[in-house]
Amino acid sequence: MRYSAWTLFKEGISGNRGWKPMWREPDPKSEYDIVVVGAGHGMATGYYLAKEFGCRSVAVLEKGWLGSGNIGRNTTIVRSNYMLPENQPFYELSLKLWEGLEQALNFNVMVSQRGIINLCHSDPQRDAFARRGNAMRLSGADAELLDRDGVRRLCPFLNFENARFPITGGLWQKRGGTVRHDAVAWGYARAADDLGVDLVQNCEVTGFLISNGTCTGVETTRGTIKAKKVGVAVAGSSGRVMARAGMRLPIESHVLQAFVSEGLKPVLPGVLTFGAGHFYVSQSDKGGLVFGGDIDGYNSYAQRGNLPTVEDVCEGGMALMPMIGRARLLRIWGGLVDMSMDGSPFIDKTHIEGLYFNGGWNYGGFKATPASGYCFAHLIARDAPHPFAAGMRLDRFRRGAAIDEKGVGAQPNLH
Amino acid sequence: MTQRFRIGGGLVDRSKTLRFKFNGMSLEGHTGDTLASALLANGRRLVGRSFKYHRPRGIFSAGPEEPNALVTLRSGSSAEPNTRATTAELFDGLAASSQNHRLSLNFDLMAVGDFLSPFLSAGFYYKTFMWPKSFWEKVYEPAIRASAGLGALSGEPDPDIYDKGFIHCDILVVGAGAAGLAAALTAGKSGASVVLADEDFQIGGRLNAETHTINGKSGTAWARDAVGELEAMENVRIMPRTTVYGSFDHGVFGAIERCTDHLPSSNGRPRQILWRIYSKRSVLCSGATERPIAFPGNDRPGIMLAASVRTYANRYGVIPGKRVTVFTCCDDGWRTASDLIDKGVRVTAVLDTRDNVNFPQVPGARVELAERVVATRGRTGLAGIKLQRGDWIETDCLAVSGGWNPNVHLSCHQRGRPRWRDDIAAFVPGGSIPEGMKIAGAASGALTLSDAIGQGRSAAAEFASDLGYRTEAESKINASDEKTGISAFWSVSGAPGRAWVDFQNDVTVKDIAVAAREGYRSSEMLKRYTTAGMATDQGKTANVLALALLAEQTGKSVAEEGTTIYRPPYTAIPIGALAGRSRDKDFRPIRYTPSHRWAESQGAVFVETGNWLRAQWYPRRGEAHWRQSVDREVSETRRSVGICDVSTLGKIEIFGRDVGEFLDRVYANTFNTLAVGKIRYGLMLREDGIVYDDGTTARLGKRHFVMTTTTANAALVYRNLEFARQCLWPDLDVHLISATDGWAQYSVAGPNSRDLLRKVVEPSFDLSKENFPFMACAETTVFGGVPSRLFRISFSGELAYEIAVPAKYGRSMMERLMSVGEEFEATPYGTEALGVMRVEKGHFAGNELDGRTTALNLGLGRMVSKKKDCIGNVLSERPELNRSDAVKLSGFKPVNRSGMLTAGAHFLSPGQDETMGNDQGWMSSVAYSPTLGHSIGLGFIARGDERRGETVRAVDLVRGKDVDVEIVSPHFYDPEGVRQRG
Amino acid sequence: MIIDHPLLGPRDAAEFVCLGDASLIERPDGRADDALEKFYQYQFIRDNPDGVHRELWFHEYGDRSWLVVTRNTLTHEIYNVELAREVAREMGRGR
Repeated sequence: MRYSAWTLFKEGISGNRGWKPMWREPDPKSEYDIVVVGAGHGMATGYYLAKEFGCRSVAVLEKGWLGSGNIGRNTTIVRSNYMLPENQPFYELSLKLWEGLEQALNFNVMVSQRGIINLCHSDPQRDAFARRGNAMRLSGADAELLDRDGVRRLCPFLNFENARFPITGGLWQKRGGTVRHDAVAWGYARAADDLGVDLVQNCEVTGFLISNGTCTGVETTRGTIKAKKVGVAVAGSSGRVMARAGMRLPIESHVLQAFVSEGLKPVLPGVLTFGAGHFYVSQSDKGGLVFGGDIDGYNSYAQRGNLPTVEDVCEGGMALMPMIGRARLLRIWGGLVDMSMDGSPFIDKTHIEGLYFNGGWNYGGFKATPASGYCFAHLIARDAPHPFAAGMRLDRFRRGAAIDEKGVGAQPNLH
Repeated sequence: MTQRFRIGGGLVDRSKTLRFKFNGMSLEGHTGDTLASALLANGRRLVGRSFKYHRPRGIFSAGPEEPNALVTLRSGSSAEPNTRATTAELFDGLAASSQNHRLSLNFDLMAVGDFLSPFLSAGFYYKTFMWPKSFWEKVYEPAIRASAGLGALSGEPDPDIYDKGFIHCDILVVGAGAAGLAAALTAGKSGASVVLADEDFQIGGRLNAETHTINGKSGTAWARDAVGELEAMENVRIMPRTTVYGSFDHGVFGAIERCTDHLPSSNGRPRQILWRIYSKRSVLCSGATERPIAFPGNDRPGIMLAASVRTYANRYGVIPGKRVTVFTCCDDGWRTASDLIDKGVRVTAVLDTRDNVNFPQVPGARVELAERVVATRGRTGLAGIKLQRGDWIETDCLAVSGGWNPNVHLSCHQRGRPRWRDDIAAFVPGGSIPEGMKIAGAASGALTLSDAIGQGRSAAAEFASDLGYRTEAESKINASDEKTGISAFWSVSGAPGRAWVDFQNDVTVKDIAVAAREGYRSSEMLKRYTTAGMATDQGKTANVLALALLAEQTGKSVAEEGTTIYRPPYTAIPIGALAGRSRDKDFRPIRYTPSHRWAESQGAVFVETGNWLRAQWYPRRGEAHWRQSVDREVSETRRSVGICDVSTLGKIEIFGRDVGEFLDRVYANTFNTLAVGKIRYGLMLREDGIVYDDGTTARLGKRHFVMTTTTANAALVYRNLEFARQCLWPDLDVHLISATDGWAQYSVAGPNSRDLLRKVVEPSFDLSKENFPFMACAETTVFGGVPSRLFRISFSGELAYEIAVPAKYGRSMMERLMSVGEEFEATPYGTEALGVMRVEKGHFAGNELDGRTTALNLGLGRMVSKKKDCIGNVLSERPELNRSDAVKLSGFKPVNRSGMLTAGAHFLSPGQDETMGNDQGWMSSVAYSPTLGHSIGLGFIARGDERRGETVRAVDLVRGKDVDVEIVSPHFYDPEGVRQRG
Repeated sequence: MIIDHPLLGPRDAAEFVCLGDASLIERPDGRADDALEKFYQYQFIRDNPDGVHRELWFHEYGDRSWLVVTRNTLTHEIYNVELAREVAREMGRGR
């Protein structure tokens, strides 16, 4: 059913009894043209395969319930403030897709473009932001360099008087912001379902059908499903899933903790990131401060972290805005992230014919969801990388073509 | 107003009257009250407004599960939003105000939303606000945001301080109710070290809220005696007002102790202490939380959890109403009726959903079995309830019991998934319980008193003997056991009206039905779509009810539906407490160089460099702008001599027979050929072939080298060297000492540096060019015997030395250098002048080494020796790192010499569009060169080494600049190196 | 987490810095014919198991030993802690 002011009114006066399921709950068929594993980026992939590339026989398999992966466990930030040419146009494409997503999906995912400010605390940091801001502008994104007073006008509550690392300015992307993360999964699922894509929940892939170097389907907890092409988009679990296809990856799995405070009346203008510690924050539409920091730093599939990181993040928060001392931390959660060897993702074919891989999103996959889905669909449907994702190849380390925004090298826990 | 609802008994001290204010109205309570019990004593029923519909709400519970009674406590910078009145301890002068309303609590303009509720069903956000497109950003979202949140932050820095502490113990007991006290007694008697923590200020848990007896004593008296016994044991630490909020790996628990929240002011003491408790074993005795039943109109002030009603009567001597009714589906609800009647309170009726109950005597009360509440009335407080059979009962307090949910939280923080037990209609701890944890008492689903005590004792005894302590057989306990019969009943169906499940977030039974119909058919999806369980109470009263209702919708059993994941913290904790003392200037430690105070005395301006503070420049009288100071420092150094504190450089002492070989493997260039008394510049790669760090390494003896690193990488290089030494080549004879803090080091640079040093180093030391040439090093003494190291190296491009003395001599060294240098007009210079001179000289630094730079980019490709295997050598040969169009470090001059360059600009050719495809590189460092009289820059541009003399544009869009620049050699100053070799 | 240091006893993991898979000890021979491929595998490709993982931790705020910790990445349980130098020698590394 199409949502409109009329449907809302009609349902309101008739007891809300007429709302229809947003998606079917089909049993998996025995065969599809394309099977996509994972209903985060994979759900977006399924949608774009049907919508943009005319693929009609598509299934998206989800191990748990829709939204149970990283698409529902993140800090909801969207931005395209990347510097390197292999990244910038891709994330800018993503931001443009976000900007039109509500109309495209007929579902309000609450794209809130209230801006993101990366704060800097030294001259070299400011110069690095200038370099990045210029790269953004050169590829058509928006970026502004703020001085200290500029930051102060936007965020008078920051610690300007008594800071260990004084704020000297910031890089401001006005079009950055936040999106209601769960709603993205729901919106894509509903729209994809409408186009005939089968979303199959509680269907875990336990193996791949591979013969003579060609992938012909997957084994799942709900039976064997044949497919001409299989795309895997299970960031966080890429290591263990691709191991079932016999692949080792330039990826480690780590735990990233995130935090939300009790609901508070609005205080933050947008997204803020601290440049002298591990802390970034935004405020949700419900009033909670949503914040995070660094990964714990050890390999983990446990989806929970430990106290040193919790305290480190809160220290960063208090250093930046000492007014939050009396706000209470309500919930800590841990998500599994694919940390790659250069901090950048992969959207590529594998050496197995018919098997495609999307992963390595580090802690930044959410913002990429639309472009990742679009470019992965492009790759699967056309067998050729989308130009904006052409650098995100699996063999780039063999060639020396790392995409290392942070410049820390092949140590995943530093990205 | 007097305390009209205060009765006799309980644990409040009536001899101590406390005055407090609620929304400006002056009220009185007693020591031992919570804000909630004091408000109830004064007959205040309406205390807040709900989140979405702004419904009038009252006190619902007597503990941390409270969804409704949230207030802002205190005021000004001490304001504490969203504080639960049910756990806030009353103190004299307390001021609280209600939240989330416009105009007044009684008449809230925002309550108009309540009339629109048919259009605001679950997930309505996602279906609307989309037309027209531009309205979301401009109109809808700002409106939604304006109504977000409950309480408000003051906007001012938190005035309190917070501490952190560490506790180690054998056995941690969480919760000091009957089970916890029993466990602590058993463990304590065994000799084990025990921590007993409880969130309440009154130890005893529900013993203080019930009328049970143990061995003939009242529960309260038994608890008091137990505390006395525990206090006498040196191995037991009792921590009231301490919430154990999370269970982490390997027996580590997080706890928060509230030290001054019950006092009018902290008076300089820490407000709270964040404890990290390291336990070998833990006993979770966290009790259980009562859950409500959903029925139409179940959210009015005056409708409360049944056990909380009797908590107020038994513990606080307060009755929440004068005509109380009870609505229950379990035996426990009847206790409320009995206890109230015993206290002389009028109980109007008891309604039980079950049709066959062996119930106790409730004199004066109407008893109805198989009955339900189908409606309620009373705008800002309950006035009556309607029964299914149709008649209304006048009542001002309805006590509701839907049964008990064990507080399984801490057992689930390590991904344990609770298990459903049909017999008690509740989830109990299950799945992977944290290693070394046992659960005792109501938390485990053991709902009777004697079971609680028995389980606490046996868990503690087992753990004590695990740890090698001896326990003795304990005397039998004779406890009054309660009946725990229940027939699960979740919601009253078939009646019109809204029935609330999550009170704070205004989630109703219908919302859950809508969600299930639309496909949100797992507990986690339901939570996210309806927001049930996402409020500040984290659904302590709502979650199990919500998923039971979902199970009804999906046709699954509650057990199959399963809970959502429990996450820390158990109750919300202030961010300030988690940060502790690490805020403001104390956010991170400050590292001062040994001569910091000297620089301070000279009026130096300092800059943060990592954790170091370094002198940035030394302003002199009459200098109005930092550039004047820096230009002077550069000019004076190049004219005569300047002195710079370079103590922050990383210094690593390397000893052993194999140091030369070792250095050959960790540096890209060769070191084993370095002669004693000589220094070599070293380039260090990461294993992936990218340049990591650079610095000089001096050979002081046959088996003794001193490596310097950049300030930023000192710790990291040391770590990597240890890795190479311990893990890669464990049998090389190499030993490392980090000596960064051990030595104060000064650069003495300029044409007169040698003459100055002649007055410093021991007279016998020959500083002549022949004896101590460029890149020589020696150990000598200064100022009549102070040991020192002398290095003839130059970052400035001048004749220069670095001279090191043990750190304790740093300040006097600097002072003496300056006084000896007076005749040369020696000038101290800071990091800015250092930076200007290195750019003039064409030395790369941190701005150039951004972690993506290769030796080839720096024009040092030939330094990577191909004659040996060193870290980074192999992978530096990968093709994309060796492209013919690679960027090369180059110098840049503005074509119009008065133009100012900016770092971060990108290079484009004249006439090219400003697009990423035309991007040829970037400016990494700039400086105004007082030596050359114009701005200069270093940067990377494609094939820069082949394009000297070409003009390109330095485009800085974010600063609005576009400057034509000439590509030149990066060596602006003395490119032949004549001066530094002089 | 708590790491039971073979020399110092149990220490909070916060005293350590984690590097990653202990296979990083097995640095290939840079002179071998297939060195480029070997180094590519060594530096960039990981087993990344969900389960038992041998990994390198550095006692940065302690005695500066490198340790090999055998830990379960699903439960965080630690089975064994060894001095990396001894492990390296057992793996045949020397000079």
